[in-house]
Amino acid sequence: MADIAMLGEYDSVLLAKSVGIEAYGVSDKTEAAKLIANLAKEGVKVIFITEALYAACHEIIAKYKALPLPAIIPVPSSKGTDGTALRSIKANVEKAIGVDILSEK
Amino acid sequence: MAIMQVKPTRMELQNLKKRLKVAVRGHKLMKDKRDELVRRFMKLIRRNKELRESVEAVMGEALKKFVMARAKMSPHDIEEALAYPTAQAKITTSVRSELSVRVPVFEVTLSDTEGLIPYSFANTAAELDSAIIEFSQLLPKLIELAEIEKTCNLLAYEIEKTRRRVNALEYVMIPQLEETIRAIKMKLDENERGNLTRLMKTKEMLNKK
Repeated sequence: MADIAMLGEYDSVLLAKSVGIEAYGVSDKTEAAKLIANLAKEGVKVIFITEALYAACHEIIAKYKALPLPAIIPVPSSKGTDGTALRSIKANVEKAIGVDILSEK
Repeated sequence: MAIMQVKPTRMELQNLKKRLKVAVRGHKLMKDKRDELVRRFMKLIRRNKELRESVEAVMGEALKKFVMARAKMSPHDIEEALAYPTAQAKITTSVRSELSVRVPVFEVTLSDTEGLIPYSFANTAAELDSAIIEFSQLLPKLIELAEIEKTCNLLAYEIEKTRRRVNALEYVMIPQLEETIRAIKMKLDENERGNLTRLMKTKEMLNKK
């Protein structure tokens, strides 16, 4: 079993395949959610997921947020980034500290 | 703040005093934990943001090259070229305790760049090569990002939990205990005074006889 998996549109994940990451081309939300659950059960440690899917599947991803493994990390797709990942960092800051201290700078 | 429903006895008073002591101590410890967690979180989150920005930039470049390669090659060819990757990205994980928050540590082992490209150069676009090389160089950073981002997530969750506990102790538990203790003390004092006056009264009545 590979340690790292990548989920996303076929275009974006094919590149990951070449460096030895298990790549899954999915674009459907429910399919992706199912896949995440399966991968987590199988013990995949890091799951990269393209931002659009990350935003779509945030319910299932929230389930794994409090666990040390797997780490589910949003990455930009071939269309570039739409800021979902940075927004989630900001959300983290707000959750922990109460105010967003990153965007001031 | 409402006082607790307890009998105003000395035993109850003793118990409540003990509980107050524990609560105050717990509150202090929790507060320290929260402060330290926030300090570590701040350090990590800045790194997280920097790393994310640089990773996104590099990855965008690599993906752009890949898209170019796709445009130049037929989908069939590209599929064939990447069908059997030679490289395998392996990571070893361990769990570190960050103030008793269990966070993962990833260590990535990569095969070197020479054996990375699994196809012959005859049928593939040059952009594909550089996209793959760039992406593989990015991988350690990507894994580091994964580690830090996960740690930040877990810390944020823990901070929220700890802050709730601190507030619950500070604004509910401790005032309630203090007020109850005060109420019991007053009640006991009142009983004591009542007793004393009764004694004095009876003594007076006995003296008159």
